[in-house]
Amino acid sequence: MRFFRQLVLAIAALAVVVAYSPQVSAQSGKPIKIGFSMALTGVLGAGGKSALIAMEIWRDDVNKKGGLLGRPVELVYYDDATTPAKVPAIYTKLLNVDKVDLVVSSYGTDVIAPAMPIVMRSGKVFLGLFGLDVNHKFKYDRYFQIMPAGPNPAQDWSRGFFDIAKEKGLKSVAIAGADAEFAQNAVKGARANAKQDKLNIVYDKSFPPSTADFTPILRAIQATNPDIIYFGSYPANSVGIVKAANELGLKAKLVGGGMVGLQFAAIMKNLGPGLNNLVNYDFWVPAKTLKFPGIEEFLKKYQAAAAGKGVDLLGHYLPPWAYAYMQVLGQSVEATKSLDDKKLAEYIHKTTFNTVVGPVKFGKNGEWATSRALMIQFRGIKANNLDQFKMEGTRVVLKPDTVKSGDIMFPYKK
Amino acid sequence: MDASLFLNAIAAGILLGGFYAAVALGLSIVFGQLDIVNIAHPAFIVAGSYLVFALNGGFGLDPVIAGILLMPIFFAVGVLVYRVYYAAFERTGRESLAGLAFFFGLMFVIEVLFIIFYGVDYRLVEADYIGKQIEIGLVGIPWRMLVPFCAALAMTGAIYLFLSRTFLGRAILAVSQDRLALQLMGADPVKIKQIAFGIGIATAALAGALLIMIGPVEPTIGRLYIGRIFAIIVLGGMGSIPGTLVAALIIGLSESIVTTYIGPSWAPTVAFGFLLITLAVRPQGLFGRQ
Repeated sequence: MRFFRQLVLAIAALAVVVAYSPQVSAQSGKPIKIGFSMALTGVLGAGGKSALIAMEIWRDDVNKKGGLLGRPVELVYYDDATTPAKVPAIYTKLLNVDKVDLVVSSYGTDVIAPAMPIVMRSGKVFLGLFGLDVNHKFKYDRYFQIMPAGPNPAQDWSRGFFDIAKEKGLKSVAIAGADAEFAQNAVKGARANAKQDKLNIVYDKSFPPSTADFTPILRAIQATNPDIIYFGSYPANSVGIVKAANELGLKAKLVGGGMVGLQFAAIMKNLGPGLNNLVNYDFWVPAKTLKFPGIEEFLKKYQAAAAGKGVDLLGHYLPPWAYAYMQVLGQSVEATKSLDDKKLAEYIHKTTFNTVVGPVKFGKNGEWATSRALMIQFRGIKANNLDQFKMEGTRVVLKPDTVKSGDIMFPYKK
Repeated sequence: MDASLFLNAIAAGILLGGFYAAVALGLSIVFGQLDIVNIAHPAFIVAGSYLVFALNGGFGLDPVIAGILLMPIFFAVGVLVYRVYYAAFERTGRESLAGLAFFFGLMFVIEVLFIIFYGVDYRLVEADYIGKQIEIGLVGIPWRMLVPFCAALAMTGAIYLFLSRTFLGRAILAVSQDRLALQLMGADPVKIKQIAFGIGIATAALAGALLIMIGPVEPTIGRLYIGRIFAIIVLGGMGSIPGTLVAALIIGLSESIVTTYIGPSWAPTVAFGFLLITLAVRPQGLFGRQ
């Protein structure tokens, strides 16, 4: 009996050695530390946590293949609680105390912008995750942003929405945006597009992000009788807007634009048919035109990892991009065989990267060289069904034409 | 002036004010009458929202009914929290700063617990009437706002009657005015205060149900309401139940009218400006005593 027990232990020990030996030998040396703050709680916590899951999947994928430069990858991160004031201290700590080798950003414009001065002072390459027009004033040549907003992000981001309006011959527009960095950048771009297309702006106002009821705002907009209504809003606002719009039977021909949250599984499921015919931005949806190598495999891994963690269960919106910005960084480190920020920045500027979100090429200002911000339309949505959003056809890609998957149902409400 | 727009702005403001009253009511008792700065009150409201979400999703219970069912549990939790607060701070006279830190800490603990158990994703409830509205002449009233308004009115009325018509209610009012006199009458102020604190926390269960009916909830969303809640309590006159309702209606109405005619971003400024003017003219608040 004793001999048998010793034999089992010996076999188990051998199995552990065999299982781990290739990784140990391939990943010798100090880990490469990648530091970042992440919105794990607060207004953008739902998205931030799903982004972190994607980044951890990337780390595990890379480490399984032997790490970067033969060294294991380690993620060092802190919760910024979607609070801009916390961000500078976090990046100072990452750079000076944790001594990370590379830095990437948190999720969202509001928490990326405050990190910029700290990162710029250190000369680090900075990969951004869904920052809208953050580099407009900083003009930092080592900043690269993964959201496919295009070279003129504020305007390119909503260009597709206004192109649809132009094609349909619409004349007047109402613009409403939350009083916060991202939403204000979004409505600034929408305003520029409206002026460029010589649309009559009949309503142009901001609202506090803490607005509890949107009925008065929508009634005030309705009173101006616009053809188009463009919203720049955060998740809680977007839900309030969609509910109020359906309750009062908002009449306009084209409604939506820059509404964050309508890409999240829990919100889409709850709003259900109330979403039908809305035209809103998105970055990836199930469509034949957007099937890139690796995306389905990544989503399977993400959906398995996300189950039971209280985060977005579909992972269509942010996670593929969180994975992709880490792919860009990883591919650059491998190609330059270096952690030198100057070399990395030069390489990122000149390279087209193959990622799970398709080919990524950055322009001079660190934004995508060409915009691929999608304008999608919700179509035929039924109540209380999450699985329908995994199918093609419930979110039809209207713009850009290069990845279009269907034509618009027009108008929003007859 | 468009009559329809004006009437709808008034209706929306009244409905919103009713909701604000429900959210502020519990703290009006705790802060206004017991002088306990329970900064964690919005976190209790969010806790109510999450438990209502669980009952709504798990058993298909109507959010308002779920909120009412949770009230006794919240009452018991409130009593327990007060016992801890009393033993640790009030009894030793350290309630001012240390007590405030205690409630700050409690707020973070509640938030983190919900982050651990539910994650940070947005949570919403479903009910047949959410998403529909009734038309009365020129005015459209969404059920999503009407139900919270009616529930808030009923809760405010019930608490007002309880405080003004029952022995226990009068004892609560007495403890807020003269604790020593109450002791001399043979009543135990600590027991009275723990019941009052329990009632305050019990209202958070129903307020949480109303919050999640109106919009999506995540663990830290309660922080958005802290400023508004304290403004309503101060404007109404610390601890006055009718004052809390009237102040909430004033804030709701002013927000709605300013949103409709001037712009939504001015709404908080005008509402808080109104608070400052009122306090300059009547420092004790609308229904407060000198």
